[in-house]
Amino acid sequence: MLVNQIAVFLENRAGRLLSLSKALSDAKIDLVSLNIADTSDFGIVRMITSDNEKAMQALKEAGFVVKENELIGIEVDDVPGGLTKVLEGLASSDIDIEYLYSYAKSNSAKATILVKAADLEKANKTLKELKFI
Amino acid sequence: MFYDEKIETMSRAELNELQLERLKKAVKYAYENSAFYTKMFDNAKIKPEDIKSLDDLRKIPFTVKSDLRDNYPFGLNAVPMDGIARIHASSGTSGKPTVVTYTKNDLEMWSECMARIVTMAGVTSKDVVQISFGYGLFTGALGLHQGMEKVGAAVIPASSGNTERQVMLLKDLGATVLVATPSYALYIGEMIEKLGLDIKDFKLRLGLFGSEASSVEMHKEIEKKLNIVSTDNYGLSEIIGPGVAGECSYKDGLHVNEDYFLIEILDPKTFEPVPDGEYGELVITALCKEAMPILRYRTKDITRIIPGICKCGRTFRRLDKFQGRTDDMLVIRGVNVFPSQIEGVLMEIPEVGGQYEIVVTRENYMDKLEVSVEVADSELLDNYGKLEALRSKIKHNLKTVLQIEAVVKLVEPLSLKRYEGKAKRVTDLRKF
Repeated sequence: MLVNQIAVFLENRAGRLLSLSKALSDAKIDLVSLNIADTSDFGIVRMITSDNEKAMQALKEAGFVVKENELIGIEVDDVPGGLTKVLEGLASSDIDIEYLYSYAKSNSAKATILVKAADLEKANKTLKELKFI
Repeated sequence: MFYDEKIETMSRAELNELQLERLKKAVKYAYENSAFYTKMFDNAKIKPEDIKSLDDLRKIPFTVKSDLRDNYPFGLNAVPMDGIARIHASSGTSGKPTVVTYTKNDLEMWSECMARIVTMAGVTSKDVVQISFGYGLFTGALGLHQGMEKVGAAVIPASSGNTERQVMLLKDLGATVLVATPSYALYIGEMIEKLGLDIKDFKLRLGLFGSEASSVEMHKEIEKKLNIVSTDNYGLSEIIGPGVAGECSYKDGLHVNEDYFLIEILDPKTFEPVPDGEYGELVITALCKEAMPILRYRTKDITRIIPGICKCGRTFRRLDKFQGRTDDMLVIRGVNVFPSQIEGVLMEIPEVGGQYEIVVTRENYMDKLEVSVEVADSELLDNYGKLEALRSKIKHNLKTVLQIEAVVKLVEPLSLKRYEGKAKRVTDLRKF
């Protein structure tokens, strides 16, 4: 399954993440997953939202530069080894992963792994063949 | 195109003769009428009669900016207030401004200089010109305004500020020429994009962007954004205002109105003249001023004379793009750095925007140069690797040009300060 992600370039400046969060909450957007890593002076916020179109509009109006792109979403059993199986599958087909994050809802036995692969098409095809998606 | 072809193409011999005749007059006039120059000549033990050739000019001491401040407001004047028609002032970085005055004849001479400059840039009576310089004490707006009126163009005195309105006026009134600082022109270009307008719906064809040192690359960026020909022009209020020099349509240097302004390029350390083609400090003597004579004024601007004759046919010599003022020059870890060099590097990298900020600090007795620049290419936004590669590329290119390491900070688009007048991009936080 392909999942649309929103990416925002964020300066490492006091209050920037707050402004981003506020822009989304004011527009009544629910965050499904959010990911941000620490770097020296800037970061990329990556997120999946309840309504990407509305979220992008709200963020643009708040002065953020926003980009939408596609990830592969893989639903796995939320048990030890769930991620390992997927990674083994990708490794066996020589697929490079640029980054990956995941989310799991508390009342669900499933977790979703979100993968950004260098070659999205190839990764998608491989995972389909391996019946992961 | 010429405003005064006869003068602008006169032979060098004739020009030198005219300059000498005017110089002798100007020196005598200054000595006899300006208390400041009387004192200067007496102290230096020279008389106006000692100036017999153009080379004799070098016997006269320099006039510097602090002379104007020390004699604030009217100490250099050569005519009583009765004969003064206009007073301008330039913003002082500290304390009192520098005040300059004009007689009616001075204003006429200034307008004529400006008319030549705007004509050589390509302005005609058919043009509609929006002047987005701040009107007021600043000489830029009224200087260009007078020149544009003199060639018969329709002038929109928009002044600066309220950039959305500037864009509306440009579009609705069908302006064909824009006058602004290069930084403001760039900002106007960004605003047009931000408002979702198509530059093809504008009639703009030409820009005259002066009053701050700007790189060739910056003008190229403006040309791209505004879909125009971007020209540079030069002047300073102490001499007259804009109108000292400007680019013709060949854009290969700025022609000096040499019949009115005598130029020298001097080694800033020894004050000896440098040969044509070599960089040095520009020193200007105004040949026909009445209200406030000015002899051998040290501009602190670093430039060079471009050797050879321009294809346009003008015999007036050309100054190369200014490297910046010696005042703007930063000495970082012992290396001379001009902000314009940094600008040149950044403008050649398409992934970053045209705005930038330079901060110099000192940590543990070491100078640190930090350059902030906006990421303009949204394609890079989802990729740390590409952003880091961009940062390394900028660092590398800066190192190549400046010979020193810089810290490069990538910031969000449209997050750096925009300027409606002269940009202030450099902050030096070092304490000496």
